[in-house]
Amino acid sequence: MSSTTKLLLETSQLNEMIAHCLHALPFEGCGLLVGDPISATVTRIVPTDNVEKSAKIYSVDPLAHLKADRAAEAEGLAVIGVFHSHTHTDPYPSPTDIAQAPDPTWHYVLVSLRSEVASTRSYQIVDGVVIEEPIEIHDVSN
Amino acid sequence: MSVELRLPTLLRPAVNGSATVTIEGETVGEVLRTLVAEHPGLSGQVLTDDGSLHRFVNVYLNDDDVRYLDQLDTKLAPGDTISILPAVAGGAN
Repeated sequence: MSSTTKLLLETSQLNEMIAHCLHALPFEGCGLLVGDPISATVTRIVPTDNVEKSAKIYSVDPLAHLKADRAAEAEGLAVIGVFHSHTHTDPYPSPTDIAQAPDPTWHYVLVSLRSEVASTRSYQIVDGVVIEEPIEIHDVSN
Repeated sequence: MSVELRLPTLLRPAVNGSATVTIEGETVGEVLRTLVAEHPGLSGQVLTDDGSLHRFVNVYLNDDDVRYLDQLDTKLAPGDTISILPAVAGGAN
């Protein structure tokens, strides 16, 4: 697991995730978080297709994942997590999310669109145990 | 021939922390079977007990998902790179 227990995001990155998830409706939206795994600082959001085209499940486009991973590594960064939306449920990992969580060091961001105002939470999922972590906004230019 | 194989962070501890390893093989399956044989810590994480590709990983030959090629029978050429990444999936269901 990373050495921190919070995820550092910029407001624009948070908004980008929400906008991508809204754009993906009626399906779940998804994408990757690229950044520094030690400080859990997100450098950029990589929106991807949900190849499942489903309102209940998602799969990140594998080729987009490959390209994001290569680009991140070339910059000394890494894919440090994934975000996806729940279109009609709370922003909490489902049993499917927990069972399929690919990496215990990753950050799992959930964007709930069930209410008029999107709700976003971040978690770590380690051996099936869900640990919520705060999202800290660190806008550099503001 | 030997090809470069790139591993995701999660699997690197099983290969002494390396991001890449070089392995001999003529097909993707041969390389993956050798990988697991040389690094038993990867057993069950790349290939299933019956020797097929685990559904929780995606394997690429250069830029192509091997599931859309000849899967584990995909033949290799000099200079090829194989990449393993976790399948990233889930959902509210």
